[in-house]
Amino acid sequence: MLSRIAESLFWIGRYLERADDTARLLDVQMQVLVEDPATDELSSCRQLFAVMGIEEYAGVPNRWTMLDLLAYDATSPSSIAAVIGSMREAARSAREVLSTDVWSAINTTWQGVPAVTSMRPVEMFNWVRRRTAMIAGTADDSMPRDQGWYFYVLGRSIERTDMTARLLSTAASAGGTGIAWPNTLRACGGYESFLRTYRGIETDSAAAEYLLLDRWFPRSLVSSLTEAERALQRLDITGRRAGFRDEALRLLGRARTEIEYRPLGEILETMPFEMERLQRVCAAANDAITSRYFAQEDWHTWRGRVSL
Amino acid sequence: MLDTFRAYGGTVTDSPLFDGYGPVAGHDEMYGPSGVRGLYRTLYAAFATMSPEEVRQRADGLASSYLEQGITFGVAGEERPFPLDIVPRIIEAEAWDHVEAGVKQRVKALEAFLADAYGAGELFRDGVVPRETVVTSHHYHRVVAGIEPSNGVRIHVAGIDLIRDGEGEFRVLEDNARVPSGVSYVMTNRRAMSGGLPEVFADHRIRPVAQYPHRLLRSLRAAAPAGVADPTVVVLTPGVYNSAYFEHTLLARTMGVELVEGRDLVCHGGRVMMRTTEGLAPVHVIYRRIDDEFLDPLAFRADSVLGVPGLINAARAGNVTIANAVGNGVADDKLLYTYVPDLIRYYLGEEPILRNVDTWRCGDPDQLEEVLDRLDELVLKPVDGSGGKGIVIGPSASREELDDLRRRLVAAPRDWIAQPVISLSTVPTLVEGGIRPRHVDLRPFAVNDGEDVWVLPGGLTRVALPEGELIVNSSRGGGSKDTWVLARPTEPLDAEPELDPMTTTQTMAPVSVPSEEA
Repeated sequence: MLSRIAESLFWIGRYLERADDTARLLDVQMQVLVEDPATDELSSCRQLFAVMGIEEYAGVPNRWTMLDLLAYDATSPSSIAAVIGSMREAARSAREVLSTDVWSAINTTWQGVPAVTSMRPVEMFNWVRRRTAMIAGTADDSMPRDQGWYFYVLGRSIERTDMTARLLSTAASAGGTGIAWPNTLRACGGYESFLRTYRGIETDSAAAEYLLLDRWFPRSLVSSLTEAERALQRLDITGRRAGFRDEALRLLGRARTEIEYRPLGEILETMPFEMERLQRVCAAANDAITSRYFAQEDWHTWRGRVSL
Repeated sequence: MLDTFRAYGGTVTDSPLFDGYGPVAGHDEMYGPSGVRGLYRTLYAAFATMSPEEVRQRADGLASSYLEQGITFGVAGEERPFPLDIVPRIIEAEAWDHVEAGVKQRVKALEAFLADAYGAGELFRDGVVPRETVVTSHHYHRVVAGIEPSNGVRIHVAGIDLIRDGEGEFRVLEDNARVPSGVSYVMTNRRAMSGGLPEVFADHRIRPVAQYPHRLLRSLRAAAPAGVADPTVVVLTPGVYNSAYFEHTLLARTMGVELVEGRDLVCHGGRVMMRTTEGLAPVHVIYRRIDDEFLDPLAFRADSVLGVPGLINAARAGNVTIANAVGNGVADDKLLYTYVPDLIRYYLGEEPILRNVDTWRCGDPDQLEEVLDRLDELVLKPVDGSGGKGIVIGPSASREELDDLRRRLVAAPRDWIAQPVISLSTVPTLVEGGIRPRHVDLRPFAVNDGEDVWVLPGGLTRVALPEGELIVNSSRGGGSKDTWVLARPTEPLDAEPELDPMTTTQTMAPVSVPSEEA
């Protein structure tokens, strides 16, 4: 498949997940602010900006500027509005490999953005989650499981890892209020299954364990890292029995085992640090994938493989 | 008015939709001297029984479905839904036979002309066309002289623009042998109309258009370099910001081939390859939707970033086929247009089936004099313009515009031709006040696979929406119509030859294997 197209599909996956997860993250943050009047709005919003990679912000961090920067303002690159725009641009440049259903699902979502930016926050978050679910479902139903699919899945699962790490950071730093973790679980759609799994015992560490380590819950860090690894394995045509050629696979696999096989207590003690490290791994994996599959700076090393 | 309709249309109720339709000056394709023509009766009756609200609703449905699917057209960098009118245009089988034969003849003559002009040059020796006429064209590219297409085809796809004059006769307005666009809308319009107007659709036997991508792919594969048994075909686009990007994606999608940009391709050792996730893969046929000047910075504009350095060399080495061929623009040149009837007689020994529009060559001093005298009553066209750019319509031009035109004409007479103002035919079209006559043209598409020239039944009808407007072009706010070519009652509608199963690997369509019992 064309490298440029592969890259577009990878980014469609990333943007789709980013729009969805940003809505979930903001949803949690808004609920914490609303439900617990004791929350220090300034510091918790500043905290969220830092988690979202907004280092320098001239204005006052509060819920309204937060909504602008991360949801409504299409000129702010981290906003949901901008992310949907980027997703649609990526889809446009891969138009010919997308099924018509997937394309129109993405296109109509993008066309809906102006109307949505006048909705109340909760409504907007719901809308975003419905639309992204619809795009993901349509893709799941209509895209063949070829290389393109695995690039899309790879993009999604790397983004999900990255965003879940941010979500966990936010929850951990808002910890102690007693409402951050249940809300985080709800935002991930996993509150009920969590209660069933842990027989109603609601503790912060159980919630963290569920979102970090649960092998069956599809939004947990371990699940999304495993998904990314699987996609990379499907994409690697060298079929090695031992060792690795793929830097991204090495990075992600190592990060997963470090989380999966460490005592939970150790991770919880240094949660923000661990989550930040995971985000750096995601960035490094992204670069490794780009240089291997998309940029092909080393294309001449492949010349021997071309049959003319 | 309505009385006339009732008399000739049969079961017609008083429909406010058609209030004020006619009498039409010139040739109206629905309304003849004695009322609604037989060809349009079913359609007219169907619309007359619909309430105006229902017709609007259906028209809105068409627009919103286009927006949803991203069937858009770029106007000054903005995407708009491609405007499709709810009233189709109908052409009867006999009239179409004439158009089809005429378009085939024209394409064959232009192929012969291009081969000759870039080859032996016999037409110059025989005095059919002066050599200067060809070599002074902005689209004449000496760099491709001597590149022989492997199956002799240079015009893989042609769009021959036609109009119907005051008598309803089809005349050729211009030839497009470079990268004619618009065919994607022919296919999407048909799909949309079968959903938007199902009852009317079902009451007509309409020749299908959906086989176009198969035809195109077959002709592109047939044009592959010699010795390549299973060629890789790609569509080359300038990118997402091109006004016809939608069309490029549709063609790539429906042919099942890659859509590439210049940066996806590299030339190496006289071969063209595309960058894939598994390394470089060879490319054999490039259906390019980039103009000549931007195709290869080594041969043409060095500042072009859309093209592929080394492409022309690879084509010269016979390792890749560029379709349509580079340099075809000489056949589009409006000055050459005036010689096409002579070319048909010279190469084919036939009389032209479709006539040209009367044209003055401003490069000829006597004709220039006459044109300058009558500037305010003629239409002046730049010889290498397309999309209605630069056209001056004498009767509606201001004094200043005419003076300016006169100066430019005297300075560079070779760059202009002049034509009388033709009253284009009109067809019923939904506008603000209801259904009204509006001027149309027609661009049939022809595909040449080297053995035969195939003409897509119908083509793109463009309609000028403002009353009396004569320039029908999407970039000037024109609309489009689904164009129904009717089949004869006995004619099968699905008589489409299959692609040879041995050569369809790239289409990725499952090849059905007949069972032994069948």
